[in-house]
Amino acid sequence: MADFTRRDALTIGAAAIGTAALPRQGFAADDIPEAKVAPLKLALEKGAELRVLRPAKFVDPDETLWRANTKKFTDATGIPVRVDFVSWEDIRPQTAVTANTGAGPDIVVGFSADPQIYAPKLVDLSDLAGYLGGKYGGWYRLAEIYGQKWGTKQWLSIPVGGSTGPIVYRKSWVKEAGYDSIPNDLPGFLTLCQKLKAIGHPCGFSLGHALGDANGYASWLLWTHGATLVDEKGKISLDSKETIAALKYATELQTTMIDGTLSWGDVSNNQAFAAGQISLTANGISIYYALKNSKDPKLQAIAADIAHQTSPFGVSKTPPQSATVLNAMVFGHTKFPNAAKDYIRFMMEAEQYGPWLSECLGYWSQSLKSYGKMKFWDSDPNLVPFRIGLDTGYYDGYKGPVTPASSAVSANYTVVDMFASVVTGNATPEAAAKQAAKAAERYYKKT
Amino acid sequence: MASTAAATLTFARKPDSWLVRLFDYKPFLVAICMFPTAALLLVFLTYPLGLGIWLAFTDTTIGQPGEYVGLDNFISLWDDPVFWLSVTNTFFYTFVTTVLKFGLGLWLALLLNHHIPFKAFIRAIVLLPFIVPTVLSAIAWWWIYSPQFSIVSYVLVDRLGWLDHYINFLGTPWAARWSLVVANVWRGIPFIAITLLAGLQTIPPSLYEAALLDGASGWQRFRRITVPLLMPILSVVLTLSVLFTFTDFQLVYALTRGGPFNTTHLMATLAFQRAIPGSQLGEGAAIAVAMIPFLVAATLVTYFGLGRRKWQQGEAND
Repeated sequence: MADFTRRDALTIGAAAIGTAALPRQGFAADDIPEAKVAPLKLALEKGAELRVLRPAKFVDPDETLWRANTKKFTDATGIPVRVDFVSWEDIRPQTAVTANTGAGPDIVVGFSADPQIYAPKLVDLSDLAGYLGGKYGGWYRLAEIYGQKWGTKQWLSIPVGGSTGPIVYRKSWVKEAGYDSIPNDLPGFLTLCQKLKAIGHPCGFSLGHALGDANGYASWLLWTHGATLVDEKGKISLDSKETIAALKYATELQTTMIDGTLSWGDVSNNQAFAAGQISLTANGISIYYALKNSKDPKLQAIAADIAHQTSPFGVSKTPPQSATVLNAMVFGHTKFPNAAKDYIRFMMEAEQYGPWLSECLGYWSQSLKSYGKMKFWDSDPNLVPFRIGLDTGYYDGYKGPVTPASSAVSANYTVVDMFASVVTGNATPEAAAKQAAKAAERYYKKT
Repeated sequence: MASTAAATLTFARKPDSWLVRLFDYKPFLVAICMFPTAALLLVFLTYPLGLGIWLAFTDTTIGQPGEYVGLDNFISLWDDPVFWLSVTNTFFYTFVTTVLKFGLGLWLALLLNHHIPFKAFIRAIVLLPFIVPTVLSAIAWWWIYSPQFSIVSYVLVDRLGWLDHYINFLGTPWAARWSLVVANVWRGIPFIAITLLAGLQTIPPSLYEAALLDGASGWQRFRRITVPLLMPILSVVLTLSVLFTFTDFQLVYALTRGGPFNTTHLMATLAFQRAIPGSQLGEGAAIAVAMIPFLVAATLVTYFGLGRRKWQQGEAND
């Protein structure tokens, strides 16, 4: 490792491939640049066995490849591993029980800010993160934000991948409205949505109590106007003129939407899009993935008409969107910390990670830069925004410290409800911003 | 000689062992018989309830053991407009649905009490909404209330042409509240109708015959015979219904999750949202504990207000 910097690793990547000694079975990993680094020496414990908890799959390969890779690990090391897939809502309570009782799974693959909550109870993964980062071109910014203990270089967890939600739209209808792509400026985006509404193909963004979609839309509205929930120190900065501007913009955008978005759950926009009722929304790749893999020719036709694009930047210099990050933690109570670390290492190595990532086809965005060079990313222009899913400095609770408070604000829909009450005319922008700032403060005060 | 020896053997009982004496000791026997039930109640009812109340006085979050903070959670809730909104929502929801459920349930019970063809079949059908698990019926209602795929909107707009746009059932505060009320009433009526029907059938027909002979009108018979004799069962059903409705969770959580902007949050859904997804176990527990006084009061009012009549305690009625 000592001989290579990250930049070197990227530039010499191609050369390194040629000398890669290991043949890879059934998978052409020759498009993943690897730097030569000293292998991580982990003395695997005798008689080790592991239990892993991770979120349930939404696309089949996520589970089948994960299980296949786990089996490869067992075959190679003789360490039996049991993987439990649990629903997304159950991950947090189960992690909490694990942490509080000091029993249960050795590895928990949780979400974004979870490791910060359990920091004192986790095994330090700095050596593993250093090894992986060195070998695979370094970590993306969002991976560093969620993987490291806030304000330090200490790694609490290994970010495995992330799910991001760019704009997904129907090419033909956007063209009919007179556009080849989505305007990147806010007035232009509003005009597009007005024109889409005029030709009978409105857009739709949830402002209901939809944990992923509504919080994603609300965050985009804030960031694209330069507004933030908190400042760098974690002080509430929501009650600002930027937020007022975002609220006014949201009110105008709301008039271009299909009815009922205030009662939309997380699947509503998927359904409305698949039914051809909306022309444009923000979502993960699941809409496209489901339609493309459908047996119904009508749905396949919709898939062929789909394009993805990063959300309009507005005043932001980079895509104002974040991602939900899969974050693998090793709990201190494990009797086999080295085996646990080696399992994560194994899953993150090109032979395993490559097939898993490419089969998920954009459902997860990679956390290590080398995997962004994989050829499958070029196979479909619709994958472009997902290729850079974790290449962002925006995160939940941007731009304050990563703390459990930002998760509490999302779970209580504080920012979503601020927008919802204003776009329906139930509150003035000024009053709603003040009230939401006060509500958010409740959670930030407690942490 | 031999006979005396035999008599001694027969009558000189050995002193009972301590175990036998212990089991003959009544207080011990009572205690040991009650133990299994008491243990079950302690483990599965008292302990969780006690823990919930304790959590309400701590700042516990998911992942961090909390410390005792006294009334802090309650003081902070006192200043929380969302909490008060959930309280008023809960009262509105409980009151309106209970009135509707009882009005319609009683009506249905009276209809079913008549001799009608296919009586057993119809009674079975009436029970259906109650038999279907709440989560399943909530999903059905979720589709019925969908802003894009509602069957109601489809019929009214695309089939009959009575409306020119789809109905936004859950998208505005009052529409969402009333939609939830309708779904809850739909689900609650069978329970009330069937229990009241059982009550109706315990009323001796001779009373109605006597009243008929005295020339009482239908309304008078209902008012003077049916209502008073139905009162005991009515009070029990009302108490149960108020308790179930006040603590309702599944329907609201599946349909709106408290949205739009918290206008359909009930105390139960808000408690869950704050405690589990929001990680603030202490605050969530405080909201749940805040429900207890209301529940006790509602129980007392419905039970004693309606149920306690002197004749129920075996005395003559005034």
